[in-house]
Amino acid sequence: SGGLQYAGTGYSVPDPLTPIDAVTGYNNFYEFGVDKSDPARHAHEMSVDPWSIEVDGHAGRTGRFALEDVVDFSALEERIYRLRCVEAWSMVIPWIGVPLAGVLQQFEPTADARYVAFETYLDRREMRGTRFPVLDWPYVEGLRMDEAMNELAFLAVGLYGDVLPNQNGAPVRLVVPWKYGYKSIKSITRISFVSQQPETAWNKAAPNEYGFYSNVNPNRAHPRWSQQTERVIGGNLFNRRETEMFNGYSEQVAHLYAGMDLIENH
Amino acid sequence: MAKRAVLRSFGRHWLKPLTFWLLALPGLWLGWQWAMLLNGQPHALGFNPIETTHRFLGDTALRVLLISLAVTPFRDITRWLPVMKVRRRIGLAAFWYALLHVAAYLGLDLLIAANMSVAGMFAGLWEDVAKRIYITLGMAAFVGLIPLAVTSFNAMVRWLGARRWQQLHWAIYPVAILAVLHHGFMEKGNQPMPWIHGGILALLLGYRLVRSARNRSRPSPAAS
Repeated sequence: SGGLQYAGTGYSVPDPLTPIDAVTGYNNFYEFGVDKSDPARHAHEMSVDPWSIEVDGHAGRTGRFALEDVVDFSALEERIYRLRCVEAWSMVIPWIGVPLAGVLQQFEPTADARYVAFETYLDRREMRGTRFPVLDWPYVEGLRMDEAMNELAFLAVGLYGDVLPNQNGAPVRLVVPWKYGYKSIKSITRISFVSQQPETAWNKAAPNEYGFYSNVNPNRAHPRWSQQTERVIGGNLFNRRETEMFNGYSEQVAHLYAGMDLIENH
Repeated sequence: MAKRAVLRSFGRHWLKPLTFWLLALPGLWLGWQWAMLLNGQPHALGFNPIETTHRFLGDTALRVLLISLAVTPFRDITRWLPVMKVRRRIGLAAFWYALLHVAAYLGLDLLIAANMSVAGMFAGLWEDVAKRIYITLGMAAFVGLIPLAVTSFNAMVRWLGARRWQQLHWAIYPVAILAVLHHGFMEKGNQPMPWIHGGILALLLGYRLVRSARNRSRPSPAAS
């Protein structure tokens, strides 16, 4: 692993960055264990080089592609995004990657491609957490096509100037900052263009808790956590941040959900 | 027999101070880590010290509770009677850790979320108890522990009498079930740890069921 070449962007937030040791040491990546410190301990057992992605479904170009053919490493940019976990904690992370829209367009999705589904790598030997059925492995996620094409949707291959550590979803992961963190699927091994709303891992596990959309929404009292405030990791222990609608990205994404009941469609 | 089993625990024994310090150890460790944290020193509470605290206190309360339920089977199997002298203090320690667990939840979560408004804290508590099943179960377990803790002193045992005391303390079984369910419903997905706690509890309760079934088929039932 080495440093990455990337361009700066205007995508940023006024809050301080979460320290890198917290970003890389406090992770939910249940494939490596359910404790927040498990991924940092065990994710090195996952082999990420070489890496390829299977692309299938309603698209002109399908098949198995090397990571370097999916992500243009000469066009990387840095975006500082908020990450809001459904467990009511948050971080601010400088991601490095490419906009998702451009990546998807190169596969020439057809008019039938109304959703895009993603799947996480699965290897029981390399991912010790998958030996217990915490979730219905492999981890799957999905976006409506217009969400996937939104300017904020991002495919990250790095953070803090360097390639992604395995525990953060190496070598390539989704970042959708207006949705709860579990939508930002890690270590992507398959991209499918589909016509029906795809199943998502957490929705299968507990549909009343985790909907398909999973937009950050302080107005929906989650069955597990009040979502009105959040604990800022690395911040003041005795203060909580007010959670913003769409995690503060209303300006860019609110139009995607015009006329939708976001409590019903949570 | 029942009366003797309770009063036996009034006497002195080297096991009692040892048990006291072993039970205090997790709390002392947690206090030490918080002292380090608040002084800006390296500590073992991780990147989310409040979450670590909740889990540590909850796990400790539940595990100490399970240990307290293991005392009687341990006596039956080893026939080492002095272990009964520490059963009550193990159960009481479970209550203290549960109390700290609840206090940390009220103080470090709800009070802070309500911008230090005590009324807001209780509003948050009510919302959680009403809407969030794992908190409903956890609060029920804690409330169930209170009468047991209040009656855990020698004077209360004497006042109630051994028979009524034991009848009251039978409530530890539903409390333990509630506590395991609280843990199970708290974890996201299907995690192994609640199954392990639940399996241990099932063994401890199953042992008692089998024993009482056997005793019922004999003329002279054994106590506790």
